[in-house]
Amino acid sequence: MAIDPIDARGDLRLTRITKTYGDFTAVDDLTLTIPKGSFFALLGPSGCGKTTTLRMVAGLEEPTVGSIHLGDTDITTTRPYQRPINTVFQNYALFPHLTIFENIAFGLRRRGVKDVKEQVDKVLNLVELPHLAERKPTQLSGGQQQRIALARAIVNRPALLLLDEPLGALDLKLRRQMQIELKWIQREVGLTFVHVTHDQEEAMTMADTIAVMNEGRIEQMGSPVDLYDDPETAFVANFLGQSNLIKGKIDGNDGDSLVIDLFGQKISMPKSRSHAVDSSLYAGIRPEKFRISRTGSTVRGNVLTGGRIEDVSYIGVSTQYVVAMPWGQELMVFEQNDDGVPPFNKGEEVVISWEPNFTFGLRGDEDIEAGTEVDPEQLDE
Amino acid sequence: MSTKVKEAPIPTIPLNARLSRWFGRNLLRIYMFFGFSYLFIPVAYTFAFSFNDSGKSNLIWKGFTFSNWQNPCGAPQICEALGNSIKIGFLATVFSTILGTMIAFAIARYKFAGRSSSNLLIFLPMATPEIVLGASLLSLFLVFKVNPGFWPTVIAHVVFCISFVVVTVKARIASLDPRLEQAAMDLYANEVETFRRVTLPLVAPGIAAAALLAFSLSFDDFIITNFNSGTMTTFPKFVYVSAARGIPAQANVIGSSMFFLALAIVIAGQLVNRKKAR
Repeated sequence: MAIDPIDARGDLRLTRITKTYGDFTAVDDLTLTIPKGSFFALLGPSGCGKTTTLRMVAGLEEPTVGSIHLGDTDITTTRPYQRPINTVFQNYALFPHLTIFENIAFGLRRRGVKDVKEQVDKVLNLVELPHLAERKPTQLSGGQQQRIALARAIVNRPALLLLDEPLGALDLKLRRQMQIELKWIQREVGLTFVHVTHDQEEAMTMADTIAVMNEGRIEQMGSPVDLYDDPETAFVANFLGQSNLIKGKIDGNDGDSLVIDLFGQKISMPKSRSHAVDSSLYAGIRPEKFRISRTGSTVRGNVLTGGRIEDVSYIGVSTQYVVAMPWGQELMVFEQNDDGVPPFNKGEEVVISWEPNFTFGLRGDEDIEAGTEVDPEQLDE
Repeated sequence: MSTKVKEAPIPTIPLNARLSRWFGRNLLRIYMFFGFSYLFIPVAYTFAFSFNDSGKSNLIWKGFTFSNWQNPCGAPQICEALGNSIKIGFLATVFSTILGTMIAFAIARYKFAGRSSSNLLIFLPMATPEIVLGASLLSLFLVFKVNPGFWPTVIAHVVFCISFVVVTVKARIASLDPRLEQAAMDLYANEVETFRRVTLPLVAPGIAAAALLAFSLSFDDFIITNFNSGTMTTFPKFVYVSAARGIPAQANVIGSSMFFLALAIVIAGQLVNRKKAR
């Protein structure tokens, strides 16, 4: 017996979805499962296909090829109003001619729900704005509109809540506050949230699973820790935080470790963290994993000698050093200021070292600039 | 802090600099004053002469009277002509607003073969000289053996009003954020409900403006009406015919009334908008 799509519940499954506009492929053979009850983020630069994916899930676009299932129900071609899915739109899209109360009641009234007043009041309390019920959307601040847009969606208790860059229009302080609030509300109401953003910090703060998208495809999917700690591609390594990627060669095996030759200096790293396909690879190390020591002092772990401090930027909690290496590459190093003033000065000769376990290995044929030229702040629409 | 600073003398600004600054600040006001004078002196003149104890011809001020306002239908045929103009205006407004709104939605929202040429063609009645449009319509009616009169005039008015309605409503639709309709669909409203509860209320101010525009265009029209109305008199026709032997002051009464009515509608609209925004 077929279930009416509106009553469908369960995991969201996208199967081999492709969406093309003329010659342009927005989404390229995407397969993805979003488990029920999770807070899932689609992260990527603008034009990576994340918003198109979201719109196909909402029913505002139809995939060119592929299918979308909610639980066991196929919703690929179902109209948006026949899906148990609600969206928080990028600029909120509150109805300007209706009061806040009627905005929130809109979905309930269309579905013929009985206790509209009670439910609207409840959700207004949840977003802590019960005093605004009789106002019009234009009389609200950006942060208030954002909460009302959220309330208007969650009051329907959809199987899936889609958030399209929901915090993009808010200032930094308010954004931080809303990130925490959204996470709290998601736990409170227990709905599946799918969140689209280009802001890696936002995705990492809120989501329990992140899919990093680039050029219509998923680069890597996993928990924020997995993605940051062990990126599989240069794009992920650069798009989530910063990375030092050093060209090297696999020089041999040592039990569970690989020996890597980096411009004549030997280091080791766990085999399991290498995604190289042949002997050429890029050794990746996050800037905060490096330690700097004076030339001649004893150091543990992997060591690279011959560095010279090129630049020192003191930023309060930490200091950022740019260290020039003998082979011409400049490495980025973040050091905590736990001893007060930065201990190194420009021009000093230093060695850098790190725990072998923090190294990750990327394929030697990667474009190490991938994902770096994208400045998330500039993408704000 | 204890050392006293000798105060520097306040520099004086030369007179010509002060004058030019005064002009700079008030230039816009001066310009506005002349602009509005230019626009409103004729209206004020019309209004003033509606109180003229004129007798037959209303060209020279002869004395103040309320009698024209007390007896606006005093001049022969004037109220019959006014009645015809209002009836034609009302019908032309209703038909052109309905048809024009539908055309505006079709052009603004749907992609179909001939869309851009329809977009262009809709401007033609606006661009065609009225005298040509009026004459062509008359010959068209005669070909179909329809005698000039009330209904041919209504049809002719609908023809030229539609263009203005389409342009006005289309502008409103273009400014409508498509995400609002998507949001409505996302919130379980089907196509019909989305149109009724979101699209239409948001486009309504544009439709209302188009209807007012259509009415005033129709009410005001002389050239096309003159060709197609036959023996029926409308208010503009009445004024034109009377001009030969002297326009009665009652025409000024009706003209002034229409002006104040339009003003009242505009002010009421502004007040409603302001209240809505609050």
